[in-house]
Amino acid sequence: MPEALGLQHFLLVGAALFCMGLYCVLTRRNAIGILMGVELVLNAANVNYIAFSRYGVGGVDGQVFSIFVIMLAAAEAAIGLAIVLGIYRRSGSIDVSQMTSLRG
Amino acid sequence: MQGPDLSVAAFLLLSALTLGGGGGVIFSGNIVYSALSLMVSFLGVAGLYVMLEADFVAGVQVLVYVGGVLVLTLFAVMLTHRIEDIKVSNRDVGKLPGLAAALAMFAGLIAALEVAPWKLPAEGVAHEAFASTQSIGNALLGRYVLPFEVASIVLLSVLVGAVVLSRKEVAEPRVSDDA
Repeated sequence: MPEALGLQHFLLVGAALFCMGLYCVLTRRNAIGILMGVELVLNAANVNYIAFSRYGVGGVDGQVFSIFVIMLAAAEAAIGLAIVLGIYRRSGSIDVSQMTSLRG
Repeated sequence: MQGPDLSVAAFLLLSALTLGGGGGVIFSGNIVYSALSLMVSFLGVAGLYVMLEADFVAGVQVLVYVGGVLVLTLFAVMLTHRIEDIKVSNRDVGKLPGLAAALAMFAGLIAALEVAPWKLPAEGVAHEAFASTQSIGNALLGRYVLPFEVASIVLLSVLVGAVVLSRKEVAEPRVSDDA
């Protein structure tokens, strides 16, 4: 019985999700919105890892890597949001176009 | 045959959930709606993991993303916005160049997807399912034990760093030892 779904279908979803995250990072001016875009990108990468783990020849390695990615995404979210809170407390705004105090 | 049709339907539903949630994240003007759409997208991705026989990773996805990252994001949203101005909290600028860049990236990925020589199992070799939780446990404490331990150090330093970064600065009375 040939499988109805292949590697390509899942990679397609991953690619679409990645491009959504990219668009989010490029267009958002709210720092938290940008962090959400980064989460979308990381999820897209994870979908690819798991799809390769299922359809490729790597065995369980893809799943192990996706767990490391999830761990690092959680760490990134915690630190990123702590930094955003610090910026908000200092300047009263988290609009990234107004964070120009380092401009020469 | 009932099986393939059902899996295709499930795949389409879960991808629609994932990409629809992503669309909500990138097009909603209200950042609370964006965060809730992000939850829909995370749950769709977890469903895709189940379809790909990665049930342990699906569980981790729900626990860490939906239970942790999303709650953290919502906390940050609530702490950085006054309730009145939350309606236009998620401004986006440069839509056209952003869209062009994202579409160009998508086209490039599709092209790469078509031509890349994926290392797939040989034709006719049936896919055999394995117990994912047990294999992941063995891999984490066997071949990947060093990254596993480094991950624990990373998490500890993130814990300390997040507390240090986000605590309120208290003006402590200086302990003046030299008048």
